Amino acid sequence: MSSSRIGVLALQGDYEAHLKALARASENAVETIEVRRPADLESIAALIIPGGESTVMGMLLERFGMFELLKSRIANGMPVFATCAGIILLAKNIEASEQTRLGVLDVTVRRNAYGRQVDSFHAPVQTTIPEIGTIDGVFIRAPKIIALGPGVEVLAVYQGDPVMVRQGNIVAATFHPELLPGAPVHRWFIQSF
Amino acid sequence: MEQNFWSSRQSEQWRIKVGLAEMLKGGVIMDVTNAAQAKIAEKAGACAVMALERVPADIRAQGGVARMSDPKIIKEIQDAVSIPVMAKCRIGHFVEAQILEALGVDFIDESEVLTPADDRFHVYKHNFKVPFVCGCRDLGEALRRIGEGAAMIRTKGEAGTGDIIEAVRHMRTVRDEIARLTRLPDEELMTAAKELGAPFELVWEVAKTGKLPVPNFSAGGVATPADAALMMQLGAESVFVGSGIFKSGNPERRATAIVSAVVHYKDPKILAEISEDLGEPMVGIGLDELNENQRIAGRGW
Repeated sequence: MSSSRIGVLALQGDYEAHLKALARASENAVETIEVRRPADLESIAALIIPGGESTVMGMLLERFGMFELLKSRIANGMPVFATCAGIILLAKNIEASEQTRLGVLDVTVRRNAYGRQVDSFHAPVQTTIPEIGTIDGVFIRAPKIIALGPGVEVLAVYQGDPVMVRQGNIVAATFHPELLPGAPVHRWFIQSF
Repeated sequence: MEQNFWSSRQSEQWRIKVGLAEMLKGGVIMDVTNAAQAKIAEKAGACAVMALERVPADIRAQGGVARMSDPKIIKEIQDAVSIPVMAKCRIGHFVEAQILEALGVDFIDESEVLTPADDRFHVYKHNFKVPFVCGCRDLGEALRRIGEGAAMIRTKGEAGTGDIIEAVRHMRTVRDEIARLTRLPDEELMTAAKELGAPFELVWEVAKTGKLPVPNFSAGGVATPADAALMMQLGAESVFVGSGIFKSGNPERRATAIVSAVVHYKDPKILAEISEDLGEPMVGIGLDELNENQRIAGRGW
């Protein structure tokens, strides 16, 4: 049990890309673990929720008895960084969907808001975080944040829509910083918590 | 890592295609023939569905020419589920691929399971916005498909049999050939490329990185949770399941169990629990019961 171990939720999705990004960001200094069971979730100091399919992750959190535990760990202040599907899983409201969600992030999201895979795209994204600056945003079947609660701070905007937000211990992006060659967002996440 | 590799010179569009393949990792992609099956697959935890006219076991049993699905069925499947929808086109049938792209499918499988439309050439996949997955039996075939623009590779196995032996053979072959390349000195790589029938630059990249530049999934013959976990332990990054689900006694339970097995593929205790009481598996055909001309993995050039 390490107090600085970072877990990556490994139920489905690009968890391996996040593990590699953490290794790049910390020059392998950060201890990481693939989170698949409740015991894994209890052993970590912070968690990354990867891209992938939010419906699958929500369902599997319940199936493997991790849903309530994860929810309470986030409510008790565990730092969380989520990308794409991860933000859907965290969101309080999901437009036109009854799917399982943790509901801890006070935003409303619209799934696949830019369209299908043929509409996926790259675009520069300017963040308000000096250590990160402007990065290459990879949007893959990405969601949009269409409404924000009062406690949610916008960290980046693309074409008028917030694409990266923070609410207390939660940071979430609608794009995929883990797919970039560098790992500026992961480095910042490791350093700021 | 910042060497001038083939993959680092590809377009942004290629990276976005490979990006979706990354998102599908650690999951199960299930063959479905209609919207009702697609809903069952989604409810069981499939990370994507593959639309096709008939599952491979039926293509084998019924014979005839197997083609792309009816666009109407594909649209019904797209409307029924929120997960990505893939669809198959025939090898070399670039017009079927154009139609699938126009329908907005999320991935095209240029698949040996359908009857090939061209006996020499595959689709030139770089020309499309939609990503492609292609089958392979060995490293040379994988790298030829990647050279043509495939954003994901799946080892072929022998579809519609419920026999895992070919899937294992193909995965081991790719893995062993990659391992061999990593041990070769630079001056041997051109001859290795010639022998593999693969683009030199991709051979070079694989020799230096020890892996394919796109995700590698497994297909063809998965019928049980144990089969799925076996392929994951052998290095597959996700699993395609075709006839194994909807030709079994209880598709819902089996589909759910196979999804769980892919998550917990390294944990035999959990695998034992989820393998329990799943009803009848698909009957299957042993590979040694098939003649050479009944095998479909050989399709692909």
